[in-house]
Amino acid sequence: MNPIYARRRRKDIVIRGLCIGAAAFGVTWLALILMTLLYNGLSGLNLQVFTENTPPPGSTEGGLLNAIVGSLIMTVLGVGIGAPLGLFAGTYLAEYGRNDKLTSVIRFINDILLSAPSIIIGLFIYGAVVVPMRGFSAIAGSLALAVIVIPVVVRTTEDMLLLVPNPLREAASALGLPRSLVIKRIAYRAARSGLITGVLLATARVAGETAPLLFTALSNQFFSLSLNKTMANLPVTINNFVQSPYAYWKQLAWSGALLITLTVLALNIGARIIGAERTAK
Amino acid sequence: MSEMSVSVSAPTVHPGSQPLPEAPAKVIARNLNFYYGEHHALKNINLALGTNRVTAFIGPSGCGKSTLLRIFNRMYDLYPGQRATGQLLLDHTNILDPKLDLNLLRARVGMVFQKPTPFPMTIYENIAFGIRLYEKISKSEMDDRVEKALRGGALWNEVKDKLNASGLSLSGGQQQRLCIARTVAVRPEVILFDEPCSALDPISTAKVEELIQELSENYTIAIVTHNMQQAARVSDKTAFMYLGELIEFDDTSKIFTSPSDRRTQDYITGRFG
Repeated sequence: MNPIYARRRRKDIVIRGLCIGAAAFGVTWLALILMTLLYNGLSGLNLQVFTENTPPPGSTEGGLLNAIVGSLIMTVLGVGIGAPLGLFAGTYLAEYGRNDKLTSVIRFINDILLSAPSIIIGLFIYGAVVVPMRGFSAIAGSLALAVIVIPVVVRTTEDMLLLVPNPLREAASALGLPRSLVIKRIAYRAARSGLITGVLLATARVAGETAPLLFTALSNQFFSLSLNKTMANLPVTINNFVQSPYAYWKQLAWSGALLITLTVLALNIGARIIGAERTAK
Repeated sequence: MSEMSVSVSAPTVHPGSQPLPEAPAKVIARNLNFYYGEHHALKNINLALGTNRVTAFIGPSGCGKSTLLRIFNRMYDLYPGQRATGQLLLDHTNILDPKLDLNLLRARVGMVFQKPTPFPMTIYENIAFGIRLYEKISKSEMDDRVEKALRGGALWNEVKDKLNASGLSLSGGQQQRLCIARTVAVRPEVILFDEPCSALDPISTAKVEELIQELSENYTIAIVTHNMQQAARVSDKTAFMYLGELIEFDDTSKIFTSPSDRRTQDYITGRFG
């Protein structure tokens, strides 16, 4: 065999081996984590988890109702506040401010915010909201989640709108549409599934955030719907229960972790399905 | 343009096409200049588009013909750094006036683009959408208008049973006719065509050309084309542009049989371009 070709083939085998090895290494740990989570989480998952509040120390009764409801409330509020802001900001970057110098500065800062550790955002809201309000609260927790949602949605919104072909905008303008309608009726429509996907992915991202809630909503042993008070939530409850010496608390922590994981999985699958609709067209 | 360099004789003008009588001017350009930033793209253009006539713009790539077309509806206004000077009169109103309402202008001067650009909505909505911008009419009136527009775009028979299908599901040629129907639906006075057939197959091209001829009964039409046969087939007057200047502007039959400028002669016989 031609020696150059033989050498190239040996190289190919080595590189391919390294790639497969690296992929297998990563996937193995992920599989182990998921299997452990399923094994431990499923065994404790029963109706009680959804119908009873978190138990006091030492008890072997109780569930995660208050934490589940709290997580839902704060996630919905956080996304409800953050997603519109992100959509508007992303729209500015992609549409109105496309040729602005300011745009690249905003985009750069947004990218920094996007990769900022969430604990920093928790501390920021602690200083900005918790301290002035003299106490931890669900609204502070929601705001912290909103701050995490914003840069994610800004980024996806801008990216998705930039994918809308310019001739489509020109065609709409040529019909006499004012700028705002070109964006609302044409660009948003063309990018719709991408925009929804972005919001879903942002929701998935904050659904499991622990650090920002630790400094803002804290947790609550009881069921509470008040936004001014501390509120139970799954991530912080898991964090607390895992560190406890009580077997039943640990069991509940596993179940809670499984619930979050399944939620994130569902959101990601939803995002994929919607994304696939877009490419199919 | 390699396909042009092989043709040695000028395209023949349609045998029956005698020059029509001179029509009153719908659009008049006077000392029109255009700049992309510092670049002087159009130099002192003077011409008139006759009412209900088809005017074709030909010339090599980069000669400024599309640029000129995009001034007629102020499309360039979407982009910073582009500006026009001089006068461009639409029925005696200077459309370069910065105070002019651009949306009203664009309602009067419609445009069809090189690539078909159906909106991401149903075929029906593609048409109704534009109408709704200017008129509030009942569902049955809207149905009529949509049908009329689609007939005007020579598309009705192909889509009448699937008006609720996505506009994107149509073929390229159908999409382009949908775009023409959409433009006609808002009842403009002038229609601009920017190389409307360059993305279409020959059969679709023939349909669109036929359509342009029909539309010229009611609309003033300007068409930019790279295809000289097309200019010869569809237009009454032809403007030859080169390097940002209007070299020659005359009856189409004259331009393609006995042009007065040497450069026009060279271009239509395929010596450059």
